[in-house]
Amino acid sequence: MKFAVKKALSSSGARVGVLEVGSCPAPIETPALLLATRKGLPHFISPELLPSLPSPDSNLLQVSPLHFLEGLSTTTISKIGGLHQMLGLKQHGIAAVPRDSIQCLPESKAATRLGASFETPCGRLLIKPKDYIEMISCMKPNIWASLADEVPAWVSEKRNKTSVDRTLRWLDDCISLYPAAGSIFGAIVGGTSLEERKRCAEEVAKRNVSGYWIGGFGLGEGIDERPALLREVMDILPDEKPRLTCGLGLPEEILQGIAAGIDLFDSTYIYSLTLGGFALTFSLDKSGEQHNLQSDQIGSDSTKINLRATAYRKDMSPILENCTCYTCQNHTKAYINHLLNVHEMLAQTLLEIHNTHHYLRFFHVIRAAIQDGSFEEFRQAFLESRREHFKGEAIST
Amino acid sequence: MYSLVRFHPVMRNSIAIAVPLRLRPNISNTLPHHKFRPTCFHSHEGHTISCVPYSAPQTKPMALHFEILGRFNRARAAQLTLPHFVCQTPLFMPVGTQGTIKGLTNNELERIGCQIILGNTYHLALRPTSELLEEAGGLHNFMNWPRAMLTDSGGFQMVSLLHLADITEEGVTFQSPVDGKPMLLTPEESIQIQNRIGADIIMALDDVVKTTITGPRIEEAMYRTLRWIDRCIAAHKRPHDQNLFGIVQGGLDPELRDICVKGLVDRNLPGYAIGGLAGGEDKDSFWRVVAQCTAALPEDKPRYVMGVGYPLDIVVCSALGADMYDCVYPTRTARFGTALIPEGVLKLKHRAMADDTRPIDPTCPCMVCKNYTRAYIHCLVTKDAMGSQLLSYHNLYYMMRLSRNLHTSIVEGRFPKFVCDFLQTMFPKGDVPEWVCNAMEVAGIDISSCCAPFPSCQEKYSSDEIGTNDIHMELRLTHTSYRPTRNLEI
Repeated sequence: MKFAVKKALSSSGARVGVLEVGSCPAPIETPALLLATRKGLPHFISPELLPSLPSPDSNLLQVSPLHFLEGLSTTTISKIGGLHQMLGLKQHGIAAVPRDSIQCLPESKAATRLGASFETPCGRLLIKPKDYIEMISCMKPNIWASLADEVPAWVSEKRNKTSVDRTLRWLDDCISLYPAAGSIFGAIVGGTSLEERKRCAEEVAKRNVSGYWIGGFGLGEGIDERPALLREVMDILPDEKPRLTCGLGLPEEILQGIAAGIDLFDSTYIYSLTLGGFALTFSLDKSGEQHNLQSDQIGSDSTKINLRATAYRKDMSPILENCTCYTCQNHTKAYINHLLNVHEMLAQTLLEIHNTHHYLRFFHVIRAAIQDGSFEEFRQAFLESRREHFKGEAIST
Repeated sequence: MYSLVRFHPVMRNSIAIAVPLRLRPNISNTLPHHKFRPTCFHSHEGHTISCVPYSAPQTKPMALHFEILGRFNRARAAQLTLPHFVCQTPLFMPVGTQGTIKGLTNNELERIGCQIILGNTYHLALRPTSELLEEAGGLHNFMNWPRAMLTDSGGFQMVSLLHLADITEEGVTFQSPVDGKPMLLTPEESIQIQNRIGADIIMALDDVVKTTITGPRIEEAMYRTLRWIDRCIAAHKRPHDQNLFGIVQGGLDPELRDICVKGLVDRNLPGYAIGGLAGGEDKDSFWRVVAQCTAALPEDKPRYVMGVGYPLDIVVCSALGADMYDCVYPTRTARFGTALIPEGVLKLKHRAMADDTRPIDPTCPCMVCKNYTRAYIHCLVTKDAMGSQLLSYHNLYYMMRLSRNLHTSIVEGRFPKFVCDFLQTMFPKGDVPEWVCNAMEVAGIDISSCCAPFPSCQEKYSSDEIGTNDIHMELRLTHTSYRPTRNLEI
């Protein structure tokens, strides 16, 4: 894995970089989105349709090794030859992170000094560094985060301090066990404590890692608390190594993370939208302005539409007129509305394709704004006009 | 009316290039000559199969053209030209009950090689309603499916799904599942709904009776089916671009079947279906009815055996002279974790699969078998949507491959060898079921090389045998009698 910063803005921490991952056909520009997966493949998008997403933007996937504990042994994965071979995704970059924010959630109460605890569909699991490294060495991802003890925002100071101590110790374990597979990203935790975040970042920065995985977000902290915490961490981390984070999913959170200097994001936003029958429609205008698109439908606002609404029963137009995704090029809102009504899986497939495509385009527009030097204005315009619409809809309904 | 732009993703291992194709909406009411194009059917192995130059339709306007390209005794391989697509028979039609084949996109279906898909009138009339489909320009437009489509009459679902359905001379009376109101589906109404949906082939409303029933009800149903066909024909508003198929009923009684066939043939319909089977009758009766009907139905029109089914049954029926099949089996069994393979079935839920790193079927060139192992699919099936998507893909690919192989082996003059290879792979011990042997004898195909010296009845088997067999040899259970609605897969 190779990473280089191409342009960094002085006004904020935002930067455009280039990530080269062994298996990907072309270098990937950052800030970039990692697609969420279940057992290595997208939840609904079939491998046949993955190439229809923008490439190479869509070539990065986030995989949780814990998913495979449900039915697939590490020896078998090894025998097959690792994740890329097993998933038939030889041209994709895979980042292994235990937490997937949907079904594998860190359970801080059950964590011990021996390992981190996760709630998974197989029950509560205690993952020790040794087991984790065994998984990683069999799976051979391109990038992997070290094992972290993530805690929610409301734990005591003592518990928070313990989590930092454990995370650092496990990082050292991971490094010494050296799975000889992929690039290690050191995990940085510290909850909502500025001192602990700083301490953790300083310690991790001393270790020989290829990048940083900033955890502990999306676990109960307020969105306004985050900028300070991020800044504390970013000020310490060297610029030339990539930063990956977890738990920042909404557009506002993505922008917040990018402004702080994060390069890689996973997001469960797309999955939640898809399950809810929503399709993203927010404007991808490069000024950031969110024009009022469709604010009069039930359950919809100008950023997304709810395709379950009966208003779409006869709507023979695509979700977005000039979207080039497979869904918008081939199907209408009426068809998706029907599929949702009759509980057909194809609805989720089509929505996941569109939503992923739209979000990847969002990242593309952001990168262009950073290159232009207009990122701060973009962000301001985006946030304010979005807030205006939400306010307007809240008042009118 | 919007215009659809098709997106063709290129082979998955290269960078995707958007190649938009303009697709004309299919709302013409005249015979759409311009849609016809001579088709070379390409197998995924790369061979070109029977590239037949398109022959101009006859002067009388027809919505269907059936041309036999090859034969072996009763078996035939043909080109079936429909308003939306030129198909090769024998063919299998996947069932897309509610306007979609569970979880698969149109472009995947095309990749797999689906030529015709089936829509269920009953379900579609409920949601999204035939009126909405008509407004959308027909189900083709609504789904954006560019190839051919067939709709059934709605009668079967009604009888099998609704507890309080009752059949009278007028039609099928039932309680609406939406609001409990009493409703009536008449032959006229069924045809009208199907006219609005707009499929290439529509089915007459028939009086369906399970073959396990005996007595005068069967005779009543058969005669009523004949009376109803006239009402269907009268009600049919689009004979120039929709083909109305009649359905032969009569239970397992050869005389009744004969009367029904003659009555339908008299009406000179574009095609005929053999109905009332695939409902629990024993295999021996099943093949005899198919054989009798295929012998009596006209040569130059397609024959559709409804509700079939298992690959073995398709091979036998094709040997006896049938052309078209439909069944929910491949996609339904995929959702229970069962894959179709030449040896029979493979139950991917089984613990033994958890460390089996072979592909589902080493001889299968589909995307699933080329990329995934049994172990990986095992960890997905019944737990994640992707598992049933991948298995449905493979199973349908298997059925399309079987259809293609049937067609090409007949055209290339090697049908008997294909049948023997098929049976040898499925019954390596030579224990071909007796009913198959009998059917093949009537079909004039020598399968003695596949049969063990003393072929015996397969209804009984010893428990030792099951223990020593591979798990996927449980196919014996599936082949003693026909019960597609029961969950054999569990």
